[in-house]
Order: sequence, then structure tokens, then C-alpha cells
Amino acid sequence: MDFGQLFTNVLNEMTGPTAIAYALAAIGLNIHFGLTGLINMGQAGFMLLGAYGFAVSTIAGAPLWLAFLVAVGAAVLFALLLGIPTLKLRGDYLAIVTIAAAEIVRMVGRSTALTELTGGAEGLTGNSFKSTFQDASPFPDDRWALGPITLATNASNSWWLRIVGWVLVALACLLVWRLVRSPWGRVLRGIREDEDAVRALGKNVYSYKLQALVLGGVFGALGGVVFVLASSVQADSLGRPVTFNTWTILLLGGAATVLGPVLGSLLFWAALVFVRGFLRGAVPTEVLSVQQVEQIGWVLVGLTLVLLIVFRPQGILGDKKELAINAR
Amino acid sequence: MRAEASPDRTVAVRRGGAALLLLLLLALTTTVVAPAARAAAATCTPDEATACLHVTVTQPGTGPVAGARVTVEGPGGETEATTDASGRASVALDAPGDHTVTVDESTLPAGTVLRDPAANAVTIPVALGRAAGRIFPVVAAGAEGGDSGPAPSPTDGTSPGDDSTGTAPADETGEGTESSAGPGTNRVAQLVLAGLVFGVLLALASLGANLIYGTTGLSNFAHGELVTLGGMTAFMAVQWWDLPLWLGIVVATLVGAAVGWLLNRLVFAPLRRRGVGITQQMIVTIGLALAGLSLFLFFFGAQPAPVVSGISQRIQLGPVQISGQSLLSVAVALVVLGAVALTLSRTRLGRATRAVSDNPALAAATGIKVETIIGGVWVVSAALASLGGVLLALYLNSTRFNFGSTLLLLMFAAITLGGLGSPLGAVVGAVVIGLVVELSTLVLPSDMRYASALVILILVLLIRPQGILGRAERIG
Repeated sequence: MDFGQLFTNVLNEMTGPTAIAYALAAIGLNIHFGLTGLINMGQAGFMLLGAYGFAVSTIAGAPLWLAFLVAVGAAVLFALLLGIPTLKLRGDYLAIVTIAAAEIVRMVGRSTALTELTGGAEGLTGNSFKSTFQDASPFPDDRWALGPITLATNASNSWWLRIVGWVLVALACLLVWRLVRSPWGRVLRGIREDEDAVRALGKNVYSYKLQALVLGGVFGALGGVVFVLASSVQADSLGRPVTFNTWTILLLGGAATVLGPVLGSLLFWAALVFVRGFLRGAVPTEVLSVQQVEQIGWVLVGLTLVLLIVFRPQGILGDKKELAINAR
Repeated sequence: MRAEASPDRTVAVRRGGAALLLLLLLALTTTVVAPAARAAAATCTPDEATACLHVTVTQPGTGPVAGARVTVEGPGGETEATTDASGRASVALDAPGDHTVTVDESTLPAGTVLRDPAANAVTIPVALGRAAGRIFPVVAAGAEGGDSGPAPSPTDGTSPGDDSTGTAPADETGEGTESSAGPGTNRVAQLVLAGLVFGVLLALASLGANLIYGTTGLSNFAHGELVTLGGMTAFMAVQWWDLPLWLGIVVATLVGAAVGWLLNRLVFAPLRRRGVGITQQMIVTIGLALAGLSLFLFFFGAQPAPVVSGISQRIQLGPVQISGQSLLSVAVALVVLGAVALTLSRTRLGRATRAVSDNPALAAATGIKVETIIGGVWVVSAALASLGGVLLALYLNSTRFNFGSTLLLLMFAAITLGGLGSPLGAVVGAVVIGLVVELSTLVLPSDMRYASALVILILVLLIRPQGILGRAERIG
């Protein structure tokens, strides 16, 4: 087995657009769950809306900045729509409503009725919306190698996308870091620990929860944009499992920490690619087909989630005292 | 403790933060990356001593795939190449003969796979002075078996990471068996019947989740996988082991009960004993659901698994038609629902169960063994889910690895609609959901019918959050 190649693949995936997209989504989920204690089971819906917002508006002729704004705006609207009715209810209602709403977005997106707009189940091809982003790149069209990784500078899964993506992640972390230490962040953490106590202090709990839901959803939408800039917009590629993976990433890295989601995403994708690559190299294809190796990877993800929550609910970076994970 | 930070300091730090943000933004717009070594873009022209092999990796609809590693192995040794921005890798060969071309799937862009993994490592004859070519189509993972063109490999699977999806489950795009009526039927009456049938079967499948919720407060996200388990067990029993259908149904129910017992014994009882919170337990069920879904895909592949092959005879009843198979399913479901309702309302065990779901502490104080009751509820819940899975598989003609997980949200909608924790409510809710799902096809495209049920769920939560039959209590 070629370990050099395997580690190159691992490194490539760890730093790639998928890991960036999941890191952004997990940062958003961290604002929901880690800071505020909201159980959002529909982060994939925010990502998908962001992706559609960006792609559809670009195809309609919007410039890059406007397309980003539309993506963000779609997530804000979605968060308000979800939050206004449900944030007054018990926590598990929010979980069911968010997961249902994310599925509605996916089903409507893939419906044949909207093929003109969203491309139906086939989705929107990457080339139809990537041009404005790629044109904004300061690099010449070329292929550059950095260490073992060789990538196009601008096209699809490119250096340009990685740089923009990681800068977005860094900015998001910086923002969360500042927010956690702000009076606003303290109120959020207060809501997580004891909602009634915060209400007794005269804070409008409902409004704070709504703000948290909107902010986290915006990061989800940005993650969705990065996700589709590397491939294409396809409703089914941002379904329920994406939300579950994001949860695994958040809990792996450590909820309620600043860098936990980023670390979680790096480790998650590194481990997944390593396990698959290793099994492919070590087990002959007669015993396990390529698809079966893929599925073993996902079985391990599910079990990791179970084991994490049972044995180390605070994740790698988290503080057990900080996070009792008991939203109401 | 950080609350004591003086306002001045906070402002200063915030300004610092803003400046830093600005700097980073500037960096973003003007970043200069040290240009690294350029990959040699070797082109190849065939002559007497050279043969050319052009390998193209492309994603139909999206464009060429750059950066895919291609290995060419032949008489002249092994050569590696990487596809360029046009998705092409050209290899110059100096020995004629058969060459094996392999695309390294791990170098494809994230979320994509070869459309035909079986045709990877393909053998291409090469002659000197000639150029040979090969195109490898790539699709988004999860689409390879589905709508994106021919699916050549019979065992091709989807990664549940991108789930339910490209391989559109029959029940998400297709019609339920009863909603597609033959001649001599009234469309609305037929849809109402289909809705009632689907609702009753859904009620049976979701009743268990509601019992669990009632007694432990847990929303079991793995309930869908228990439904799939039932369908798959019946499929194995009938198709692989040649058991009669009734025995298959019994076996599936027993396997479900056993798995429910194991789940409680090995996972949830220890968690409850350790005082792990309900939210944590819910995330555990999500992990189990993810693992279960992938396991089903691993063992059964993505193709539909019909429990009974052949088409069952349709029976005309006034303005509507129903297949004998569906009639049998509904009859079984109604009998079992009645039995559960009687048990819950008339027997000591049922009363004890209701007491636990009302107030576990008080129930324990009156001498009810709360843990035993919860264990029993897990067994019954999983058995009902499995049975419901078999009957739904009979109704929808086949089962599939993601059969239960596509129904999971409908089941949640049913129990939330009916009122979380109220068993009778779950039945009413499920029938409402069944009717909405089927009747919505009168005005909406049929691939949106599940979405319409979820919209109803959200609307009901807005107006009557305790559900149709739930007790009005403060849940804020």
C-alpha cells in the first residue's frame, strides 16, 4: 500500500473545501448549541439555502457580492421563519421543526416543479454559477503545487477557493471568540445554563435566541456556498446526514469552544479519508467493494458519535463543567 | 467572572478586534501566495516510437475534473499522471500492448465518485503511432445509482453521507400503490382510501416512538432504522429462506423485539443509570441511525428489496380499488393497534405504563418497577416498528435501505401532531398525515407530497403546540 499517497489524500481532504464547509457549518451550530443550547437539527437546510441563494442569484446575473448577500439573506429569512414560531416552545420541538424544515427545503429544491429555477434532482451545474467567483481570483489560470498537493489556481476545488474558505473560517472563529467574551455572549451562555434565571434578570430570552439562530444560520449558509463552489448544487448532497455529520464534528472538536468546530472538521475528514484509503489498500476488493468501504466509513462515523456522547460529551477541546448538554 | 471587565477595556478590545478583522479582510483581498512549482503540462503527440493515451475525467453537467490521479500500467512499466484543468491526462507510452488505466478515486473532488466504479481499472490496447482515449464520468456521490444516467453496476451503492437521495427511494418520487387507481375508480375517493391505509400503517410504525417518548421523554431518531429492520428481515425470511409470508411477519416482529431489548439493555438503560441527559441520549439515537442506515446499505445495497414478488390482485370496492396485500396489511395493523390500545387502557401493565409516562418518580413510589416497564416499552416499541415496517413494505411493494429513514420525519410529524406521548393521538395524527400526503397530490406535484405533511406539522405547532389530542400544558 502506498502510504505516501494515502497521507497526501488525507492532507488534501483535510484542507479541502468540504472540510472548510463543514467547519463553517459547525461554527454556526456551535453558536446555536454550544453557546445558546438550541438543538438545531436542520443545519443542512441553512447550507442548502445558502447554496441555492448564491447559485440562483448568480445565474440570474447578480455580481459576486450580491450573490453572497442573497445567500446570507436566505439564511436570515429561514432562521426567522423557523425561530419565531418555535423558540418559545420546548427544545425538542425546535429539533423536530428544524429537521422537518430542512427536509422541506431539500424536497422543494429537488422537485420537478422547480426544475427551471433549481434544476430539480439533477441540480445546478458548477459551471453555471462559478464564473463570478473564479473571475474574482487574483491568480493567473494555472496549476500550482504546494508540498504534495497540486491544484488548479482558480477552477472548482482550487487554491483560490481554499484561501477564501480558510479566511472565512478564521474570521468566523475570530467573531465567535469576541462574541463569547462580550456581554451578548454571556447572556447566551446564561440562556443555555438557565433560561429562567436570565429571564428573571430582565433579558428578552426569546429575542436573544432568535439572534443566535440567525447568526449561526448565516455561517451555515456560507458553508453551503463554499461546499457548492467546489462541486455543484444538488439538493440531495445537502440532506439530513450532512446535519448529523456537522453534529459529530462539533461534538468531536468540543462544543462551546472557539476552535473546536475547526479541529473537529479537520479530524473528521482526515479520519474518514484515512479509514477508507487504508481499507481500500489493505482489504482486497473481492472481500469489500469500494462502496462497502465507503459505508464502513459512515458506520464508524455513527458509532463515533455514540461513543463521543457517552464517554466524552465535551469533545476534545471542551470543558465538561462548561457544557452539561441538557437543553430544555 | 469576566463580567467584571471594565467597560473601557471591553471597548478597547472590541476596537482591537475590529482592526484585526479589517486587517484580515485586507489580507483576503490582496493575498499573494508564493507561487509554487508548476506542474508540467505535458502534451503528447504520437509518432513511430510513441503512443499516446488520453484519459479524461469529467463530471457530466459540471465540467472536467482536475487533479484526479491516473495510473497507467503496461508493458513499459507504470506511469502516473494527474488530470489538468480540462480534465485530461495525457501519457506518452513507448511500448505497445495492453495498458491498464486506473483512476484513483480518492483524488476525485470531495463528494464525487466514479459513475461506474466497476469500469475502473480498464484495459486499453495501445499501438505505437496512435492515440487512444478513455473517458471516466464522475457523478456526485449518492447519484451513481440514480437519475444521472445509466447505472451499469448492479451493486452500486450510495454513501449515506449524501444520503437518501440520487437513488430516489421509491416512496419519495413514486406513487403509493393505492393512489394510482385503475379505470372505474373515483380519484378523490381513491386518494382518501390510500391516505387512510397509509395513515393506519404509519400509525402502527410510529406508535412505538410515541410510547418511548411518553415513558422516557426521548425522541428516538433510530426509530426509522427499526422500521427498515422489519422490512429487511421479512425480505430475507420470504425471499432468501423461503418462509411463508405470515411466518416472515412473525420473524420480523420477533427480531424487532429482540433488537429493542438489546438497545435498551446495552445502550439506553446504562445511559439512564448514569443520569445522562435526554438531549445526549437523543444524539446517541442519531449516531445509531447513521450507523444503522449504512449497515443496511452495506448488506443489502441500494436496490429495492421486494418482500413479495409479483403483483397482488386488486379488489373493487364501490368507487375504489385496493390490492389484497394492502387489505391484509391494514387488517393486521388494525388488530394490533386495537390490542395495544386495550392493553394500555384495561390491563395492570398498561396502567403501570401510563403511570410511568405520567410521572416516573410517583410511579416508582407506588411500587411500579419503572426500569422494567421502560424495558418492556422498548421491546414493544421496536416490535411495533418492525411489524409496521413489514406492512408498509407490503403496501409500498418493496423496502429499501433508507425506507425507514425517509418515513422517520412523517412518523415524527404524526406523533407531534397527535400530541407527544399520547398513544391515541399518534394514531389520529398518523391518519391525518396519511390523508395530507395522499390528497396533496391533487394540487401539488407528487414528489412534494412528503413536504406537504411536514408543512402541516409546522403549522400545527404554530397554532396548537400540544398537538390535536395532547394535554394543554405549558411547554415554553
